[in-house]
Amino acid sequence: MDLSYTPEEEEFRARLREWLGKVLPALGPKPSPEDWPARRAYDLGWQRMLYDAGYADVHWDASPTTRLIFLEETEQAGAPYVGAGFVGLLHAGPTIAAEGSAEQRARWLPPILRGEEIWCQGFSEPDAGSDLAALRTRARRDGDEYVVNGSKIWTSHAEVADWCELLVRTGPAVPRHRGISWLAMPMDAPGITVRPLRTLAGSAEFAEVFLDDVRIPVANRVGDENDGWRVTMVTLSFERGTAFVGEVVACRRVLGELATEARKNGRWDDPVLRRRLGRLNAEFRTLWRLTQWNVSEAEASGGVPGVGGSVFKLRYSHARQELYDAAAEVLGPDSLDLDRPWMPDRLSSLAYTIAAGTSQIQQNIVAERILGLPKGR
Amino acid sequence: MRFQLTDDQRALRNGVRELLARRFDREALRAAAGAPGRLDRALWRELGDAGFFALRLPETEGGVGLGLPEAVLAFEEAGRVLLSGPLVATHLAAGEVPGAAFGDVVVAAADGRLVEWLAEADVVRKGAEGAVPLRSVDPLTPLHRVPAPARPDPVAVLLTAAEQLGTATRTCELAVQHARTREQFGQPIGAFQAIKHLCAQLLVRAEVARAAVYAAAVTADRVDIAAARLLADEAAVRGARDCLQVHGGMGFTWESEVHLHLKRAWVRAQRGGDATESEELLASDLTA
Repeated sequence: MDLSYTPEEEEFRARLREWLGKVLPALGPKPSPEDWPARRAYDLGWQRMLYDAGYADVHWDASPTTRLIFLEETEQAGAPYVGAGFVGLLHAGPTIAAEGSAEQRARWLPPILRGEEIWCQGFSEPDAGSDLAALRTRARRDGDEYVVNGSKIWTSHAEVADWCELLVRTGPAVPRHRGISWLAMPMDAPGITVRPLRTLAGSAEFAEVFLDDVRIPVANRVGDENDGWRVTMVTLSFERGTAFVGEVVACRRVLGELATEARKNGRWDDPVLRRRLGRLNAEFRTLWRLTQWNVSEAEASGGVPGVGGSVFKLRYSHARQELYDAAAEVLGPDSLDLDRPWMPDRLSSLAYTIAAGTSQIQQNIVAERILGLPKGR
Repeated sequence: MRFQLTDDQRALRNGVRELLARRFDREALRAAAGAPGRLDRALWRELGDAGFFALRLPETEGGVGLGLPEAVLAFEEAGRVLLSGPLVATHLAAGEVPGAAFGDVVVAAADGRLVEWLAEADVVRKGAEGAVPLRSVDPLTPLHRVPAPARPDPVAVLLTAAEQLGTATRTCELAVQHARTREQFGQPIGAFQAIKHLCAQLLVRAEVARAAVYAAAVTADRVDIAAARLLADEAAVRGARDCLQVHGGMGFTWESEVHLHLKRAWVRAQRGGDATESEELLASDLTA
């Protein structure tokens, strides 16, 4: 049991910290969440800066520990996270890197790394949410092209994306997992309609995407026809690895800010609130340790992080909601003012126990795949 | 960063597990529960020979010369099987009370407001003046109440958290075992989501506690120890409760070992003093 870093890792951290100290003051202010073109430009610009400094591929090629240090330091320095680059850097990119042909890798990976192209995700459908394999968007083969019809939902960044990683049904509906293929769809193809979806937070983070006779070259298929489910699982297990490192660092900072605010407004005198914040400190310190544990395990096994990420996600998503509920208690009546800090985050935290596998689905995964309980209802 | 157990640590854990499987199996646990208040001195000496108490004592003093991480692994194993006796007090007395390190002497000490195993102890260390016996909820832990609370030693709190981790892990295993084999409505009850989700949360709490306890063993930091204590108490007490629930009526019987885990978890949760003090320490850390 060792929590210390190697000299090389410490050197990486020091160099990165120095670079962040130099470049961050020159970075402009974050654009408004409503201004999609500005957000695209901002997020791509940051990725380009990372590329020029040699940090672009940290999500892909770096060791898990190096990635941990990168995410910890950038968050602590207040640097932007991947933003609109999320799907390209953390979903589609790793999938293409693992499953794509040499031509496909050469076509799609460099623009992601250089901050030139944005990807979005077309997985979920109105009738295929937790039960993703029930998806019905249909791709009919027509010569060198697929002709695609259907609709997708919860697609982030669809308004400004260049590409969509799309799951379609190319085979029969039974057995369900066997008839799915993974396609890269150019978002400027005729027949695509994007309709923004307003969330309870008031923002238009997601969109619905309607596909009407959209023609996609067969050459854009990654993996074999009808093998898309397996190809997709590579992506999903990637997401459950180090995806929350920066957020845990941020939550611990928020907790410190809450204590400071509570001291200022007098709420700190309430022992019940104080102890609640103390409990949350225990929780987030430990979530950081659990992150280190998972990273260390990924490092030791040399592989992609597995179902252990479900344990983390179950606990973290709940803890994040508790954190912002505590923030509301610190603010009292001001918690109803969306211009106060933390309150918009309180709203968005409600998505955490739903997105990327609801807590109920995650508990099924833990029970069946880790504990070996029988499948059933 | 290599947070996982080293090969040596794995070997040590397995060694303790084998010793306990041989000397303190389920039958021994049941027998002990039927004869409360008696300590198995032969087992105590065997633990001493195996280095359980002398684990952190320097080799120059005849000890094993290992650190807190190894001690935490040993106590986790003890917690798993509900090994009884004043283990923490005797371990902490190694090198200070003659004979404690090698299991020749049984040492009791006040932790919080309680003293465990006072009547069986050869040496009573601190704060046991005016101790009054109480009818212990845990048949395997005789208890006395003391008038003046003793300030808990952080290492004692950490080793107790390690025992709680053992109970958290064990109750998860017991619940899963039962859920796999017990059939109702024509299928194992573990096929029902309601049972699955109880089991999943048992594992989540145990793994979260593990990260906290192991990290605190590495840093020996008192804020880390306070965090480990809170999460391990939660994992053990709620783990035992949920394990009991999964067992249904069987869980409510004396014959099942589940209640022994719950009762011991309650006893251990008192050792670190008031939970509110740990919470206050963690709160003040936020403004440090």
